[in-house]
Amino acid sequence: MKHLISPQDLSPDELSDLLTLAGDIYSSPEKYSHCCQGKKLATLFYEPSTRTRLSFEAAMLNLGGSVLGFSSADSSSAAKGESVADTIRVISFYADICAMRHPKEGAPLVASLHSSIPVINAGDGGHNHPTQTLTDLLTIKSLKGRLDGLTIGFCGDLKFGRTVHSLINAMVRYPNTRFVLISPEELKIPAYLREETLDAHGIPYQETNNLEAVLPELDILYMTRVQKERFFNEEDYIRLKDTFILDKAKLQNAREDMLILHPLPRVNEISTEVDDDPRAVYFKQANYGVYVRMALIMTLLGITVTE
Amino acid sequence: MLNIGGIQEGVVMDHIVAGGSMDIYRYLELEKSDACVAIIKNAKSNAMGRKDIIKIEGKVDFDFDILGVLDPNITINIIKNGKIVEKRRPNLPERVTNIIRCKNPRCITSIEQELPHRFKLTDRAHALYRCEYCEQKFKKAD
Repeated sequence: MKHLISPQDLSPDELSDLLTLAGDIYSSPEKYSHCCQGKKLATLFYEPSTRTRLSFEAAMLNLGGSVLGFSSADSSSAAKGESVADTIRVISFYADICAMRHPKEGAPLVASLHSSIPVINAGDGGHNHPTQTLTDLLTIKSLKGRLDGLTIGFCGDLKFGRTVHSLINAMVRYPNTRFVLISPEELKIPAYLREETLDAHGIPYQETNNLEAVLPELDILYMTRVQKERFFNEEDYIRLKDTFILDKAKLQNAREDMLILHPLPRVNEISTEVDDDPRAVYFKQANYGVYVRMALIMTLLGITVTE
Repeated sequence: MLNIGGIQEGVVMDHIVAGGSMDIYRYLELEKSDACVAIIKNAKSNAMGRKDIIKIEGKVDFDFDILGVLDPNITINIIKNGKIVEKRRPNLPERVTNIIRCKNPRCITSIEQELPHRFKLTDRAHALYRCEYCEQKFKKAD
């Protein structure tokens, strides 16, 4: 049995198969609408998350399966002090697969070590969020037609943004990738990512705090929110949150075929006037998230659909 | 330099990073041992500037490789009949359980006391261990 705990758990071939399957589900959803009939997905959400939980639930329902679960630690046995290991041992009897979000890093890994059903990490603190990375990859592949030879700009909070770290780790596998890292000094990517991933693999990258100057170079602009919950000091948050705001005027310098991605939720880093621009694909991205989770659930359950 | 007499049978742990000897002393639980133990702190060293040394007189039995997790530069000299019969450098283990502890307040081990603290070696050249759960780097100074 296989779990998805870190984006690196999938080999390049497995990832490619998964994205191909997701693409096929996107094109012909009716073909897959009953393939998980009789199967149950447990959503174990120890911290609130509207988007990810509903996306998982929609994915399972689209496949004809059913869902059960909880959406905060207060409404689970964790409030009584039950360990993750004990919870998953019990849930393994109730469901066929589970998606877990937990505020503590490594909790889904602990679950996978004690589970008899596949465990999907739906986000563990600031650590991993592999299905967001799969969503980003499917969005890029579907709308750009390829994953290689791209110049990808990441903008905003590159220090705490786990989606940024995961996507960088995923994209370095593809040839001729180049990164442009746009952030204030205080929110630059962590040293370990620079040293162990970018420098170690000889990946070209540029660090800057000037979004407008680099916009014309980009194939993809991945915007992120400065996350209040990652700061211990509110003053720092207030000072940094409005550093980069993407608006129509700035976009004039960008390529016609550039894509703007954002893991959502957005606060104010992308002005709402940008939403109607054809390059703004962040809502489409949320839609792709459902399809990639459908493909993932099927793959981990070992379910295939023949023509 | 302060003189501590030679030993007939036992172990001399040399090239311990200055100030690191007490961590090793506590890890080996030498406070519970009946053996004669000498700790030399901040001894002069040509290579290191300053270093710590631990000498243990008597038979000792522990996993020397584990010491490499606490201090990768340590040298272990086995003494018999007053002479060094073996000089060993620890061979870093791929995985260690409950030897070092994760100090990341966001790690699942911070709230689940029963979980074993498991680390894996991710960079042998730099003796770098990361927590298997949260991937936080182990820093000895933590």
